[in-house]
Amino acid sequence: MDWVTVMIYAAIVLLGWINIYAVTYDPEIDQSIFDLSLNSGRQLLFIAASIIIVMSVLIIDMRFYETVAYVIYGAVLFLCVVVLFTGREVGGNQAWLRIGSFGFQPSEFAKFATALAVAKFIGSVGFKMDNIRNQIMLFGIIGIPMLIILAQKDTGTALVFTAFILVFYREGMSPFLIITGLVAAFLFIITLLVENQYYIYGSIGTLLLITILLGKKKFKRIALLTIGACIIAGVIASVDYIITDVLKPHQQNRIKALINPDADPLGFGWNVTQSKIAIGSGGFSGKGFLKGTQTKFDFVPEQSTDFIFCTIGEEHGWLGSLLLIGLFVALFLRIIFLAERQKSRFSRTYAYAVVCIFFFHFAVNIGMTIGLFPVIGIPLPFFSYGGSSLWGFTILLFILLKLDAHRMQVLQRI
Amino acid sequence: MNEGRKEILQIAFVLVALIFVVKLFFIQVLDKRYEQLADSNAILKEIEYPFRGLIYDRNGKLLVYNSPEYDLYIVKKEVRELDSTYFCEVFSLTQEELRVKFKELRARKEYSSVKPTVFLKQLSNLDFAKIQDHIDEFPGFYIQARTTRAYTSSSAANALGYVSEVSKTQLERDSTKFYRQGDYIGQSGIEAFYENYLRGQRGVRYKLRNVEGLEKGSFKNGTYDTLSVPGQDLVTTLDISLQEYGEFLMKGKAGSIVAIEPGTGEILAFVSGPSYDPMQLTGKHYSENFAHISSDTNKPLFNRPLMAQYRPGSIFKIAQAMTALQEKVIFPDTRIRCDRSVINCHGAHSNEDLTGAITHSCNPYFHSVLRRMLNKGISESPYDDTRIGLEEWNKHIRSFGFGNKLGIDLPNEKGGLIPDPAYYDRAYRGRPWKFSNIYSLAIGEGENLVVPMQMANFAATVANRGYFYTPHLVKSVGKTGKPLPQYEEKHKTTIDSANFYVAVAAMENVVKSGTGQYRASLQDVVVCGKTGSVQNEPRPDHSVFIAFAPKENPKIAVSVYVEFSGQGARAAASIASLMIEKYLQGSTRRPHIEQYVLNGKFLDP
Repeated sequence: MDWVTVMIYAAIVLLGWINIYAVTYDPEIDQSIFDLSLNSGRQLLFIAASIIIVMSVLIIDMRFYETVAYVIYGAVLFLCVVVLFTGREVGGNQAWLRIGSFGFQPSEFAKFATALAVAKFIGSVGFKMDNIRNQIMLFGIIGIPMLIILAQKDTGTALVFTAFILVFYREGMSPFLIITGLVAAFLFIITLLVENQYYIYGSIGTLLLITILLGKKKFKRIALLTIGACIIAGVIASVDYIITDVLKPHQQNRIKALINPDADPLGFGWNVTQSKIAIGSGGFSGKGFLKGTQTKFDFVPEQSTDFIFCTIGEEHGWLGSLLLIGLFVALFLRIIFLAERQKSRFSRTYAYAVVCIFFFHFAVNIGMTIGLFPVIGIPLPFFSYGGSSLWGFTILLFILLKLDAHRMQVLQRI
Repeated sequence: MNEGRKEILQIAFVLVALIFVVKLFFIQVLDKRYEQLADSNAILKEIEYPFRGLIYDRNGKLLVYNSPEYDLYIVKKEVRELDSTYFCEVFSLTQEELRVKFKELRARKEYSSVKPTVFLKQLSNLDFAKIQDHIDEFPGFYIQARTTRAYTSSSAANALGYVSEVSKTQLERDSTKFYRQGDYIGQSGIEAFYENYLRGQRGVRYKLRNVEGLEKGSFKNGTYDTLSVPGQDLVTTLDISLQEYGEFLMKGKAGSIVAIEPGTGEILAFVSGPSYDPMQLTGKHYSENFAHISSDTNKPLFNRPLMAQYRPGSIFKIAQAMTALQEKVIFPDTRIRCDRSVINCHGAHSNEDLTGAITHSCNPYFHSVLRRMLNKGISESPYDDTRIGLEEWNKHIRSFGFGNKLGIDLPNEKGGLIPDPAYYDRAYRGRPWKFSNIYSLAIGEGENLVVPMQMANFAATVANRGYFYTPHLVKSVGKTGKPLPQYEEKHKTTIDSANFYVAVAAMENVVKSGTGQYRASLQDVVVCGKTGSVQNEPRPDHSVFIAFAPKENPKIAVSVYVEFSGQGARAAASIASLMIEKYLQGSTRRPHIEQYVLNGKFLDP
């Protein structure tokens, strides 16, 4: 058992719990952190339950996870589909399943299920990454849950599955896809920032001309360059189309808010503006525990869940933020360390899937609260309020720890 | 094949975390803007308006108090299905007015649909009683109380002044940043002069609020909160019944009455005619009333006792007489022939001594007196000689309080004009001048200008036999306080007291047997006075009278100036004596004089 990871995990969970209390704390009532009518009280129940989950995960034989990976994957996907038809809508997302008095989100469990399935597929005998059919299969494995979750209108969680591309990259896929994605994103933002698109077309044309003139004047080279430039111009032209025709109005606004939050601070810029005010007002060392005004008085939306980072920023300032970010970085590096010491490709792939999912959540969640990323509602792992997400991440992490603890029992077959 | 990919991922993760840490450092540590934004988000500054000080008359009767008024606020977001017909009925509006109100609301710069915004201003107590029962039926509308001024009497408007919302220029000039838009400030009269005493201290409460604007307790347990301190009350020197009587007498006339208690300089009555009802410049109809009053061609806002600069006329002869006695160019028994070839005169007299000359207001006598004063033969040149004499004369006349602002406790006082050599140098643009150019000064015509307040102060100075206290309207700051220190300071004239006794005797004679005989004399009280008729060719003269009474131990000194009403012995003398009678005896025993004043036919032969 890797106790370093367990300690980091415990630290983040505990900090999260205390911050959830800080959000709901009302100085006029002076409630207890254990009050079950508060989110903090309920979160404590979730934490207790996750200890049971951890136990269960650890008790189960390690071979079980690899063996039944596809079964778990299938079962969770089935639940996700069921939710589509029977679930109830919460905050615009059709993602909740009710069992007794608790609701839970199967999509949170789709992450570890997909991680298992991807790991099993990559870890299977005879798997070669440069095989096109294998690649198509991999994208299929992450694509199916993505589509189902998109159908639940939970774009944020669906996007999490793109984190697997990093796993594929680590396991040998060409970086072409990642580079293309980054370039597209870069072009996308440039297009949004520059009002007049003709400037961009003009500079692409000039660049093309210069490269053609400077290099050898072979037909093939000129043709390739021209085609490349046309593709770039096409992407730019499509940005406008994507913004206005593909994205829904609220999604359009989130991107606009990212570019210029002051355009409508009371409207679509509200979330980002208020979140930045809360974090920014924390200063170097923060206003003090339970002393935050912005989060406590509901200026920041979704403050227990998606915008929980604001509470840290406001009450504990830059130092507190640094501590939390430091804990996450430590967790990431530790998991990568664990991944690299695995004897089986299944375990290693799974470990990378875990760290990539955590990282994606971390980057998008904190990025959106400080205005570096569009607002996409996904929780901060172990930190945000919510049973399903805590349990989902806990299962994800502890399966890895279980695999790691028994890594010596596996025959090496990389 | 996958060499280095682990490192690339590690670097990417750490890099993203670093970007976050740096960005956080920028917005949390370097950029202070967010702190202010957070405060304005969550901290609600609630102003507690202090009560403005009350104003009393000299006998403790309340003159000015605060009356509640109500502003109707709207939070547009909370308004649901407004039944406009019903709303108009409750708030006494027409549909058209309501439509305009909404249009104005949206046009306002600071308008926000979530913040309370003023919708209807200054609803009266009466409106409020009606609205109170129905306000619950209109979600999104709130009533906020504050106070406005109210008056127990409809008189003394120009002395008391009025209060209104602070203007844009006043806000800009307010270096202490005390006032905020919408605050009330004294705009004229006592309200303006004593603004700093009356306004009190605003209280502030800092409250926390949530995103819906609901209060969530005090900020830092009220460490920064302050209580409001009510303004100080003022006790004025006015005798409100005398004031009301004066305004009653001045009805339909333009001019002023000022009555002073000589021993203290306290102003008993301060009448400016025509005037206005102070209640008009308070409450809901302030703007329309103000527009109406300020555009009135009779200028009700023009504070005549302080601002109307007139030639003093014959009352000035008293000052001339005392100055000449002081300079020893004449003596009480000096007789001068009434030579009407130099300057015209009136009445039957021929060769009077000083008392006689004052009693009959003999113009040639005072022409001669001034010549003796200005041309004492100190210099060979008649020009230089006049210059030396005028310098001397000016110094004496100014010591009576003429030619300068007295420094009364009201704004916008005018100083009048007592010419000195420099003045004539300017007027004659360097050309030489001598007595024959400026002799009109002798009888209070010419370049002399005085305001009625100075005339009353002069009467008080004579009554005191040589000194005065600067006239003032507030005898106590605070219910049992003192006047401002400058009003406890005695001002002595340059004239010996003995010379005043001559003037007093002459003024007694004016009323007993001279020009003021018929209308100014009272049965049981010795009144000393002097008439004046200030020329206004071709229009009728201004009617002027100054007086004090009783002769010994005077209790009241008065100046009356009635524009275009002929001889001083008629309108002004009548009004002055009625004021004295009212103050000393409570009411008049001469209804025919009162009737004569009220009829106002002073020009009939």
